[in-house]
Amino acid sequence: MTPTMEPIISSLKLKYLVTHFGDVLLRFREHLVMTLVALLIALLVAFPIGILVSRYRRLEGPIISALNLLYTIPSLALLVLFITIPFIGLGTDNAVVVLVIYAQIILVRNIVVGLKGVDPDVLEAARGMGMGSAQRLLQIELPLALPVIIAGIRIAAVTIIGIGIVAALVNAGGLGRLLFDGVSRNYPDMIVAGALGATALAGLTNVALRLVERRVALSVSGQD
Amino acid sequence: MSDGPAIVVENLIKQFPGAARPVVDGCSFSVAPGELVVLLGPSGCGKTTLLKMVNRLYEPTAGRIIVNGVDAGQVPVAALRRQIGYVIQQTGLFPHMRIEDNIAVVPRLLRWPRARINDRIDELLALIGLPHDYRKRYPRQLSGGEQQRVGIARALAADPPVMLMDEPFGALDAITRTRLQDELLSLQSKVHKTILFVTHDVDEALRLADKVIVMRAGKLVQFDRPLKLLTRPADEFVTKLLSTGDPLRRLSLIEVGSIAAQLAHSSRGSGTAPCLKTTTDLRTALSLLLEGGEEQLPVVDEGGQIIGTLSFDTLRVAMQQLEQPVVDSHEQGR
Ligand SMILES: Nc1ncnc2c1ncn2[C@@H]1O[C@H](COP(=O)(O)OP(=O)(O)O)[C@@H](O)[C@H]1O
Ligand SMILES: [Mg+2]
Repeated sequence: MTPTMEPIISSLKLKYLVTHFGDVLLRFREHLVMTLVALLIALLVAFPIGILVSRYRRLEGPIISALNLLYTIPSLALLVLFITIPFIGLGTDNAVVVLVIYAQIILVRNIVVGLKGVDPDVLEAARGMGMGSAQRLLQIELPLALPVIIAGIRIAAVTIIGIGIVAALVNAGGLGRLLFDGVSRNYPDMIVAGALGATALAGLTNVALRLVERRVALSVSGQD
Repeated sequence: MSDGPAIVVENLIKQFPGAARPVVDGCSFSVAPGELVVLLGPSGCGKTTLLKMVNRLYEPTAGRIIVNGVDAGQVPVAALRRQIGYVIQQTGLFPHMRIEDNIAVVPRLLRWPRARINDRIDELLALIGLPHDYRKRYPRQLSGGEQQRVGIARALAADPPVMLMDEPFGALDAITRTRLQDELLSLQSKVHKTILFVTHDVDEALRLADKVIVMRAGKLVQFDRPLKLLTRPADEFVTKLLSTGDPLRRLSLIEVGSIAAQLAHSSRGSGTAPCLKTTTDLRTALSLLLEGGEEQLPVVDEGGQIIGTLSFDTLRVAMQQLEQPVVDSHEQGR
């Protein structure tokens, strides 16, 4: 590090980031893995629920309301609540469960909206040609709903990354660790490192998924 | 397949839950193999509902539909639909699939071998007159008329004996619509499908139909050949709907060949005047007479031989004969 950079780094409170870059990267990776695992599980849960709701419209009101209600519970409350449940307790499992719950409303809502948005004439043609329910879902409905579903995945991912910070309070690791440790040790540079890491992770995720979303939207509308 | 009618509809009734009266109210008719039958009637009279009961997109409240000798209600629904081509106004093409994949949907459902599907796609594109490189395009990259041609090709893909077409040309501009009507007729002369074709456009119905079913408020009012509808309308409703008295409409349904006996005998050509073919309709003949300022026009047979001349008088006599009781030779045995 050149001596001329020193004052800039210290005035921007980047010292921790520079000197402990390996540690920050480790927290970044923890956060990324936690996000990916939560997102994957959330999708596995959300797809059946979303497809069910789009098939049986009567379910839409109750299920969406229930998921909305879960979303309004403060994340810290939910995290702490789950500490008391056996087999969950403290740690990454706890965080993942909570993140999966928060992501549901976003994912399910977008899956339902995406499926609902498929042109009814296209669906009628598919039915009239003798495509079965599963064939219609896999070959017609899900591909055409994909842009909206990916938009949901993007919003859910960014939300998970944000709430994942709080998860450090139940020993889940991640970038939140740097923030909370920075506060308790009165070490602003550590806080800045955590904040920058979280911002980078959320920002990159957002941009990357938005690109995917655009690409898929063009492709399913037959303009690639 | 049986030798009997391709489609038999018996006392068909459809009442939607909560509706005051049936939308389709006791329709019975039968369609011979290879016939193009048009369901004609004002908007909301139940044409689409009737059509959708044939491929069981709707289940009848009462009555039966027999397709190729088999009760449609007794066949697994997917199997039934795969042997009935279905074409709708908005095309319903799958926007995320290339034209070739759109056409291949039913053959793939039927698990045809890859090579056979491939050949079939080429064959169908040629049949509907689209260039081979359209295979790789997406529906959005085609004009409305081209999309509807693909819709027809897709319905024909697995060579179903029966086709259902619900206002397929309704969303097209007038010129494209007329062109696709012509193409459908020429296609039909090659493939001989049994076609149920829904429209509310009287001219389209008269142009395309072997026979027309006139519907009103869910009931079948008349089932006849186009010319018979104009000359022998069943009631006031048919008279009004089809403007049966309109002489031009009547003339458009008669071919020059069918009044060969009334042509003046002459073998002289008339220099620059256009020749009429035996397949020219009398309305077109009248236009040509007026256009050229001629008193008469020569008529030629398929070989180009002049078989007589047609004049205003010929047309007048033809019109008067329509007022006489009609004996339609095609009517026998139906
Ligand atoms: N799925 C349905 N549920 C209830 N009513 C319907 C349904 N489909 C059609 N109808 C009603 O049936 C009548 C006839 O409709 P339709 O068969 O589409 O007429 P057409 O094709 O002759 O214009 C209309 O009044 C329409 O509102
Ligand atoms: Mg209709």
